[in-house]
Amino acid sequence: MSRVHDMGGRFGDGPIVPESEDVIFHADWHPRALALTLAAGSLGQWNIDVSRHARECLAPKDYAAFSYYEKWIAGVADMLVERGVVTPAELSGACDAQISDLATKKLTADQVAGVLARGGPADRDSAVAQAFQIGDAVMTRRIAQNVLVAGGHTRLPMYAAGAKGKILRYHGTHVLPDSNAHRLGEAPEPLYAVVFPASELWQHPEHPRDEVVLDLWQSYLEAV
Amino acid sequence: MQGNLWFMPHDTHDHDHPHALLPPQPALRVKALETILTQKGLVDPAALDVIIDTYENKIGPRNGAHVVAKAWREPEFLDALRTDADAALLELGYYGRQGEHMVVVENTPQMHNLVVCTLCSCYPWPLLGIPPGWYKSDAYRARVVREPRAVLADFDVRLPDETAVRVWDSTAEVRYLVLPMRPAGTEGWSEQALMDLVSRDSMIGTGVVQVPV
Repeated sequence: MSRVHDMGGRFGDGPIVPESEDVIFHADWHPRALALTLAAGSLGQWNIDVSRHARECLAPKDYAAFSYYEKWIAGVADMLVERGVVTPAELSGACDAQISDLATKKLTADQVAGVLARGGPADRDSAVAQAFQIGDAVMTRRIAQNVLVAGGHTRLPMYAAGAKGKILRYHGTHVLPDSNAHRLGEAPEPLYAVVFPASELWQHPEHPRDEVVLDLWQSYLEAV
Repeated sequence: MQGNLWFMPHDTHDHDHPHALLPPQPALRVKALETILTQKGLVDPAALDVIIDTYENKIGPRNGAHVVAKAWREPEFLDALRTDADAALLELGYYGRQGEHMVVVENTPQMHNLVVCTLCSCYPWPLLGIPPGWYKSDAYRARVVREPRAVLADFDVRLPDETAVRVWDSTAEVRYLVLPMRPAGTEGWSEQALMDLVSRDSMIGTGVVQVPV
């Protein structure tokens, strides 16, 4: 089965509540949680795929109960301990926190603008040849699971597994999250936007011409 | 291809969740983690202040509105966006974290575009800032791929039958900005006047741009 974050198409969630553009954060600790997560990320101990997977690995009951930034903070705490950057005793307050060997990598105020501007591009050169052209018919993996690691990270949602679509755009070659999330290498490969008729994904589509597009890596796809 | 479970690397995350060692109340949890990381020399609170100031005051949906208004007024800029959005946006100074690979999708009378990230909450930060609460909600992530028109109704948007909906589920590091349709009666308007019409929601696809009556 899938993990709890894979919720596309799920029934029963109720109405969506629009909100004003003036609302950026909903509590005083939200911006702090955001900034702390970005600053911790700049220590270089994990990549974006590792951090997404850490959030996905929250217990389903926590994932459902936690707000957005609670998931972030929980993920950061879990990764810091996993990497040995913070000890469980430091986290629980059972002992005083000791200066870290990574302190030289601390993000300073004057570095923030540059770090945010650089971001983390995911395009990489790759030896994997482009197998599909725009307009080609393809089918996704029947099982939306990581083939390298049991219970591992993947970006093929369950609702789009085993579905037939067409190549809409070619994005070039990008880091493969299924590998990178588990520190198995970036394994870049061709990435495509693939368009699916809503009727291919849903028993009762709202409109016969509606479509869903997903960005999918070449290894998620086969020719049909 | 099915791996043999006995020989596969296994995910260890499920067994151990150290975050439970922190105080349960979220505000206290964040404060505790910041204090620990500051004591360890890993976090500079002044850097956190700069990050917060950036997303509270410098980066937000007015960036995206600028792009939309410029694309409406300048055909050569629209062409540049279609050809290589990253290059066109770089010239305007809109680039960086969570906007490294941009694609602009254009609404037409035949096609309305909507953006979501069902697996997390990917969003074009350099152009729209921090995503709104509803964009990150379970309800939006779960519903919009399956029933986009019902979701649009929650935003008081109703599309004509001749308009198909295309929902973009941002599953990779590519970020999407919707270019809404320019409303009739705005010919000759200044860039600023057009920008003022463009809502954040219209650039996600949960809104349309209208001239106030």
